[in-house]
Amino acid sequence: MNQRLRTAWNWVDDRIGFSDSVMPLIAHTVPRNARWWYVLGSATLTAFIVQVCTGICLAMAYVPGGDEAYESLKYITDEAQFGSLLRGMHAYGASAMVTLVVIHLVQVYLHATYKYPRELNWMTGVVLFFVVLGMAFTGQLLRWDANGVWSVFVATEMAARTPYIGPVISHFLLGGETVGGSTLTRFFAYHVFILPGMIFAGVGLHLFLLFRHGVSEMPNVDQPVDPATYKQEYEERLKKTGVPFWPNAMWRDVVFSTLVVGVIVACAAIFGPPALDASPDPANIHANPMPDWYFWWYFAVLSLLPPSYELWFILGVPILGFLVLFCLPLLSNKGHRAPSKRPWAVGIVIASFASFIVLTIYGYREPWSPDFGVPELPQSVIGAKEGPVFEGGKLVHTKGCLYCHTINGYGGHRGPDLSNIGKQLTREDLIIRINNGGYNMPSFAGSVNSQELSKIVDFLMTRVEP
Amino acid sequence: MKKNVTNQPCCQDVSDRRSFHARLSMILSAIIGALIVLPGVGFVLAPIFKKTNQKWRMLGKVDDFKEGATVLVNFEDPSSEVWAGVTAKTAAWLRRVDESEFIAFSINCRHLGCPVRWVEGPELFMCPCHGGVYYKDGTVAGGPPPEPLDRYQVRVRDGAVEIHTAAVPLTTTLTFDES
Repeated sequence: MNQRLRTAWNWVDDRIGFSDSVMPLIAHTVPRNARWWYVLGSATLTAFIVQVCTGICLAMAYVPGGDEAYESLKYITDEAQFGSLLRGMHAYGASAMVTLVVIHLVQVYLHATYKYPRELNWMTGVVLFFVVLGMAFTGQLLRWDANGVWSVFVATEMAARTPYIGPVISHFLLGGETVGGSTLTRFFAYHVFILPGMIFAGVGLHLFLLFRHGVSEMPNVDQPVDPATYKQEYEERLKKTGVPFWPNAMWRDVVFSTLVVGVIVACAAIFGPPALDASPDPANIHANPMPDWYFWWYFAVLSLLPPSYELWFILGVPILGFLVLFCLPLLSNKGHRAPSKRPWAVGIVIASFASFIVLTIYGYREPWSPDFGVPELPQSVIGAKEGPVFEGGKLVHTKGCLYCHTINGYGGHRGPDLSNIGKQLTREDLIIRINNGGYNMPSFAGSVNSQELSKIVDFLMTRVEP
Repeated sequence: MKKNVTNQPCCQDVSDRRSFHARLSMILSAIIGALIVLPGVGFVLAPIFKKTNQKWRMLGKVDDFKEGATVLVNFEDPSSEVWAGVTAKTAAWLRRVDESEFIAFSINCRHLGCPVRWVEGPELFMCPCHGGVYYKDGTVAGGPPPEPLDRYQVRVRDGAVEIHTAAVPLTTTLTFDES
């Protein structure tokens, strides 16, 4: 039996040429010192495979239609066997892919692997990175709940800021002048055909370039890259100390990928897929649109910016960000690779990471948003049972003050905390401020009459911290 | 290799034919590509150039709306796509200013298009996304919006309030359109 199998395999191998053409690729010599640093690319690819497999399954039940998409997702989540698990895997797989592609990019940047001769490895990688972000965004949108619909609005509004051709891009994205039947079908085609096609092609090219130029060594302070001699020196070193990729180096990739898939499946099983928001009715104004976590930082940037810089960020972050990353190896493709010799690179990574964390936290908390669900102040906080102070304490809720201001722990965070305002401003100042408004504060002269104003001020003057 | 061939007088013909074949193949490939791709490009780009025939939609009787009140109204886009379902719906904030005047505000915040909510007490429109705030007349009261809320055309006919559907208001910077 064994003999027969071997004969059969030899026949196939002879015709297909696995040992002749594919084996040399899999077993190509790689530097010995690559170790755990280099498992990130293959793990990203593994996460992509998870996305393809789960995505195909989801596409078997998902209906990309204005009305039906939401219903079919409810069916997948609540009724279909394994539907919830598959949706969960697809969602956590997306998070894994975005996370891994970013860490992979950071690692390659820190080790300056993009230098000669691997410039195109980096450039194809940057294109893939942006395509992956496109997949993440369109995928969130295909959830086609209220959040999905409003994501389309936000995307079209951002595109509309492009000088001259903005509205054209917006109408292209919408598939018309408003969100409607042609909107979701188009995003479905991007997410399921166009962007994955680009990923397949990009990964193919990326891997081809990997084989063509070989796996880079760990950066060495004594070996700065000189294009004139690099290839020869690299080959020589590899001959001396290299090991075959399969299986000497690849086992680490497999171990890490197992971990990645394990975490994806475990998260899907334990936490389940992201909950569906309200139905995709553009007339439902009670939506609270919010991107998935990987875009919270950008969501925060768009709120914190002064309006005059806004255009530069809305268009600049995607376009300039892409161009800077894409052209990086054209700007510097030789010299030191070691992080210890590239303090700017290390600084940029640390600054970017810190900004990402801080902005993500801000994006999650949304302190700039009015807090629509704020409760009324309890009597214990108001400190009176009747009279103008009591009525003023009620009015700060009904007149919306609490949407933006905190009083003794109750209220939103957009404006200053008013818990000690009785000490900070005089009665006259308060009246002027409320009537006229101020930086980012509306004027209330039109919506608060003089009696109401007097009660609100009476109440606010009692806000004195001990 | 090629050089050797062309140097021999006997093979001048072969070389000519070869370069002709190469050029023919490339030109034909380009034609095949164009034939396949162009109809698709037209199909995909068509919605950009298609002008929707906007329509008047009835919102209700004039008396259904209280003077001074701002209420949410729903209507359907004039979409011909029956499968649009619920996504064909749109809303507006309708304000009855006095006896005969109505204003219909777009619900889209002029910052990035999120749905603004009318808050009765302070008489403000507020946006949940990035904190844009507008007065009851739609002018900006705070936050990042660069422009006042957009308005739909409204008219009163035979005792009924009607709204004219419109494209999603887009906040643009530099445009060709000077109007």
